Amino acid sequence: MDSVFSKVDRAPEDPILGVTVAYNNDPSPAKINLGVGAYRTEEGKPLVLDVVRRAEQQLVNDPSRVKEYIPIVGLADFNKLSAKLILGGDSPAIQESRVATIQCLSGTGSLRVGAEFLKKHYHQSVIYIPKPTWGNHPKVFNLAGLSVEYYRYYDPATRGLDFQGLLEDLGGAPSGAIVLLHACAHNPTGVDPTSEQWEQIRQLMRSKSLLPFFDSAYQGFASGSLDTDAHSVRTFVADGGECLIAQSYAKNMGLYGERVGALSIVCKSADVASKVESQVKLVVRPMYSSPPIHGASIVATILKSSEMYNDWTIELKGMADRIISMRKQLFEALQAKGTPGDWSHIIKQIGMFTFTGLNKEQVAFMTKEFHIYMTSDGRISMAGLSSKTVPHLVDAIHAAVTRVG
Amino acid sequence: MAMAMTIRNAASRRAMNPISADFSLRSMSSWWKNVEPAPKDPILGVTEAFLADPSPDKVNVGVGAYRDDNGKPVVLECVREAERRIAGSSFMEYLPMGGSVKMVEETLKLAYGDDSEFIKDKRIAAVQALSGTGACRLFADFQKRFCPGSQIYIPVPTWSNHHNIWRDADVPQKTYHYYHPETKGLNFSGLMDDVKNAPEGSFFLLHACAHNPTGVDPTDEQWREISQLFKAKKHFAFFDMAYQGFASGDPARDAKSIRIFLEDGHHIGISQSYAKNMGLYGQRVGCLSVLCEDEKQAVTVKSQLQQLARPMYSNPPLHGAQIVSTILGDPELKSLWLKEVKIMADRIIGMRTTLRESLEKLGSPLSWEHVTKQWANTKTG
Repeated sequence: MDSVFSKVDRAPEDPILGVTVAYNNDPSPAKINLGVGAYRTEEGKPLVLDVVRRAEQQLVNDPSRVKEYIPIVGLADFNKLSAKLILGGDSPAIQESRVATIQCLSGTGSLRVGAEFLKKHYHQSVIYIPKPTWGNHPKVFNLAGLSVEYYRYYDPATRGLDFQGLLEDLGGAPSGAIVLLHACAHNPTGVDPTSEQWEQIRQLMRSKSLLPFFDSAYQGFASGSLDTDAHSVRTFVADGGECLIAQSYAKNMGLYGERVGALSIVCKSADVASKVESQVKLVVRPMYSSPPIHGASIVATILKSSEMYNDWTIELKGMADRIISMRKQLFEALQAKGTPGDWSHIIKQIGMFTFTGLNKEQVAFMTKEFHIYMTSDGRISMAGLSSKTVPHLVDAIHAAVTRVG
Repeated sequence: MAMAMTIRNAASRRAMNPISADFSLRSMSSWWKNVEPAPKDPILGVTEAFLADPSPDKVNVGVGAYRDDNGKPVVLECVREAERRIAGSSFMEYLPMGGSVKMVEETLKLAYGDDSEFIKDKRIAAVQALSGTGACRLFADFQKRFCPGSQIYIPVPTWSNHHNIWRDADVPQKTYHYYHPETKGLNFSGLMDDVKNAPEGSFFLLHACAHNPTGVDPTDEQWREISQLFKAKKHFAFFDMAYQGFASGDPARDAKSIRIFLEDGHHIGISQSYAKNMGLYGQRVGCLSVLCEDEKQAVTVKSQLQQLARPMYSNPPLHGAQIVSTILGDPELKSLWLKEVKIMADRIIGMRTTLRESLEKLGSPLSWEHVTKQWANTKTG
């Protein structure tokens, strides 16, 4: 019998995951994987936080724990604590019960559920996303039925923010359009607005009734401070307006594969928040019924214990500090080598990723001659670097810049 | 008093914080003013009501989650042991988009048979999914994308969320006769008529065993006839198998309908769930598989299933998959699991018998034969 799916074409390989596949196939001992979007230690190993291991043990040793379905919106204490984490414990929005928080499958799941809700209940179905942005963003919004427009963001000339372009493009958006904002540590560029620039963005958006949809994937992981990294979100919420926030615990708690995240919808009133939550449930039920229990239980265990929370902030700062230190080392080594060009963007940019400014040909050269694995847009993951491997990367960059166009 | 404090605090906040004085944000109304409160989920709403009831006599026979004889949820011993082995021992890296390869391999063996030629020939496109719901949804999205003109035939009645799933995937729905209220059994002729009258090449949702909500399953002979008619009509059979092992106590027995269709050469799709048979409800572990013409097509279809998963949740959750592969990959744990599944199934079968006998003893004027008959079909050949 013929298959009904015999006309299906093979989908292209994922460009990011393909880098790791190529890296794994390379036998060279000098190879470095700078494609990976997951934290690595100085030894190049994945890391499970100590505080996570403790929470894990606590859960496994508790015989009263069951594996029942959790509510459609997820674990109640996880949701409360997540809202508190991003908005701050003293947030009036929380105190006034104006926030609907729904546990979702990490950042991706939170974005998708939020987008589906917007498609059903919001009067505008266009979302503006920065250029460039995480490769999965347009797919998430398209599948939710939203149409995607871009606003200027990265300036290749300065390797910084194209702030004028951003203001113009958002200024030209139709009233009520949804705008995706990276809360901190923009992926893939590492370029963030300053707090003065954020304030201008906020004022512009509120004057045009643009709806903010924050993607917060790196809170605490970017600067080392949970509060600092939530600053952009909190100033928007402080003005009393509405917004959506997608939170991920993949990086800042190292819970990648457990798919832990939360969607918060900040509303004008408690009554509206409650109705909104009931409608989000109708999006979730036909997608996966209810979210997975394990990762959220770990997070809740940590966030509700002041001791574990404290220990977490220390480990989190440790990860952020190592990445910041890698930036510094790379920058200083390039200076010391006299590699042509201005490399200060490496220390100006923030978070796991750096847009080096290297072009496709230079990247291909570095892969072939020096076994450096990175995405062809010139993005490197600082997490994949260690003090030992910085010199090799510097040699590769130097060679690429001096020998390839 | 509290109200006055709130107003006072808000006023002083406004005075200190010039931001909120701009743009009259407080006078702007909510974007969500017109959002209506959604109706409660018909199934999960029952549990919400149960939890809210203070009566000591309350009984929850609503949600489909196993309870022991004391009415308590059960975590299987094999699961506890698997978790003890997993805790502290593994990294929490992202799984591939298609999920845990090991878990999917073991899961396919359960559905298709340990020695399945289809597994050997690599003809099955399979991805880890978010339990049965997630597997059905992925398939519905895939069906919409690659067979855009198609509809799904859904039995009457069925699990209420089936309707939500295919609706949100934007696949038009039709129904087919299934339950016979008079006999409280299968409306076999009605079913066969609907299958015959459906346009050639239609998509049908079938419950592999332990039909939810009726408990009424076709006999093996009836499955064979259904399969033959499907062949003649070139229909696509999508099996939702949420209760393998849990229905009769024997996983191979519970997969019989699927095996019949495979023998007859159908290229089927299957949604599998570990929510009930491993008690992993909240872990959301399942699998979607699609049997293809050959290995090349299986690779192709799998790549497209992954393209649907990526913008939904990127990659599936790790923990539940680790539990499943730890158990099924260890002969001792697997054997323990099979024992525990049989105990659960037997207790439920015992409850059917007890319920029926008690009602009859009380002299009920109605026939309660169906309470045990609805299980009995799983035992007959």
